[in-house]
Amino acid sequence: MDITAFTSRKFLIPGVITLVLLIALVTLPLYSSLYMVILVTAILMYTILTVSWALFSGPSGYLSLASAAFFGIGIYTSAMLLPNTGVVLPLLVVVALGGVISFIVALLVGFLTLRLRGIYFAIFTFGLVELIKQVLIYYEINITGTRGRFIVLVENEHIFWIMLALFILLMLTTYFLRHSKFGLALQSIGENEEAAAHRGINVTMVKVITFAISAFFMGAAGAVIATKWTYIDPYIAFNALFSFLPILMAIFGGIGQIYGPVIGSVVFAYLEETLLTKFPYYYMLTFGIVLVGVILFLPGGLAGLIQRLWRRRLRGQHANT
Amino acid sequence: MPDSIVRVLDIAIGGLLTGGIYALIAMGLSLQYGVARVLNIAHGEFIMLGAFTTFTLYTVFGINPLLSLVIIGPIIFIIGFLLHRTLFTRLRISAPNPDAYAASSMLATFGLLFIIQNLALLGWGADLRSYSYLNFGVNLGGAIFAANRLVTLGFAIGIGLGFYIFLVRSRIGKAIRAAAQDPETAGLMGVNINLVLAICFALGAVMAGLAGTLLSMRFPITPTMGLNYTIIAIIIVVLGGLGSIPGSFIGGFILGIIGTIVNYIEPSLSLAAYYFIFMLLLLVRPKGIFGK
Repeated sequence: MDITAFTSRKFLIPGVITLVLLIALVTLPLYSSLYMVILVTAILMYTILTVSWALFSGPSGYLSLASAAFFGIGIYTSAMLLPNTGVVLPLLVVVALGGVISFIVALLVGFLTLRLRGIYFAIFTFGLVELIKQVLIYYEINITGTRGRFIVLVENEHIFWIMLALFILLMLTTYFLRHSKFGLALQSIGENEEAAAHRGINVTMVKVITFAISAFFMGAAGAVIATKWTYIDPYIAFNALFSFLPILMAIFGGIGQIYGPVIGSVVFAYLEETLLTKFPYYYMLTFGIVLVGVILFLPGGLAGLIQRLWRRRLRGQHANT
Repeated sequence: MPDSIVRVLDIAIGGLLTGGIYALIAMGLSLQYGVARVLNIAHGEFIMLGAFTTFTLYTVFGINPLLSLVIIGPIIFIIGFLLHRTLFTRLRISAPNPDAYAASSMLATFGLLFIIQNLALLGWGADLRSYSYLNFGVNLGGAIFAANRLVTLGFAIGIGLGFYIFLVRSRIGKAIRAAAQDPETAGLMGVNINLVLAICFALGAVMAGLAGTLLSMRFPITPTMGLNYTIIAIIIVVLGGLGSIPGSFIGGFILGIIGTIVNYIEPSLSLAAYYFIFMLLLLVRPKGIFGK
């Protein structure tokens, strides 16, 4: 690779911006208030859910409603391995385990279901969340005899840094997937699955592995955030809203660009954290109106709008010269 | 009569009673998804609207819940019709292919769900509400059923059959069935597709609203009740075969009876059983029992 490619303007400006943002984020707990750290942790959590949802569903065109299932699996991994009494495993090990268990479940589910096309896949993945929730409720009530679980307390800064590390890992994964042969294969499946298969792509393998990678990040994020919530039960952990919100955030931001889901989730997660406790009904009402509005008038999301404006500006410049 | 026979009868009739409402809800969704191609996640919200309007009409104005059926039907029809004409028609025209329309319209109904549910929460509050209507026992061969359950079953079957006859016999019904088979060709044959699809969507919403009225006679209601019924409706529609109206009708009764049996054996597992059956069905026979 030519080194000058990285020093050229095309890479320099975004590179410097990313670096500055990264440094600002990593050192956040050193200069800002605890509230800010907690807020950014929540935003990062939603961003991870949204970006990992878009990682699979964006290019492949399979509408997955299973995010809440993988997120919940991560939360329960934490809850079972990090109880507030007794021996606990190191947090990082639990986070990795949460991701790996979600990864494995996604592999199994993927092999079973990814031959279902279109809306059937969406319905199935939605059912998956509810099935796990119901079975878990039955298990907790009849076998362990509890309804919820308490989780060991972890320092907010640690939760923040682990979440941030996950986010960076996810962005790198997304970037490399998009710019690899593998990502191209996934894209071609989304455009025409049969043609992709005829071209020699192992469509099942590509779909299942991407699905599992996205599930890994959702599970890991769940395992981290569980230590922040300290109390969970099946209703909290497997709330179907965690399947819907990432989709809404991704669509609001626009799934065409790599940064679209990030913008969408940052905007909505910030609104949610500030408005949800004060005006829950108005917040969800606005959420619905914005969603319908974006689907109707902004099919490319915010990122699509930014790109259109950018192109118009460029065209304007050329016209002037 | 021996005890065991009474028990079997009890389960059978209980299943039919639940199934009647399920059938109605599922037929509505079947019209919306099978014909209008909108997988309406907000379907249950129309059930909730029907239930709460009935509740308000009865407790505030003293209007008989059975009379509300006639009031609520036209109102919800207009709401559904306008929704389709403004929102879904636009989405359908701008979508590059049917798959894209299925996805975008489903996401739009998520938005509708949030809008309707939170408006209801703002208007009616989050509490459980209920009223008492026809609440006395009727003895049927040894097992006792509340009169309102029998009345709701009768009306559910009546309304369901009424819609079915309308679809089979009327001119609009013929246009609807033509649009279900092939919208393009039906359009070429002079069927006003946009109008027919809007009518379908509106009729589906009406069936949900009427089911809500019937439900409110038997169960406590809350603004967040909708999604559970939507899920049950989706399960039944897949069970009966997407787009098959009689399939949904029969599927409703099947699920009602299965639910009652599981409920009898292990109440806490009845929802899990629904999902299990549903997912198994999707894997083994995604076309549904009656699908072609």
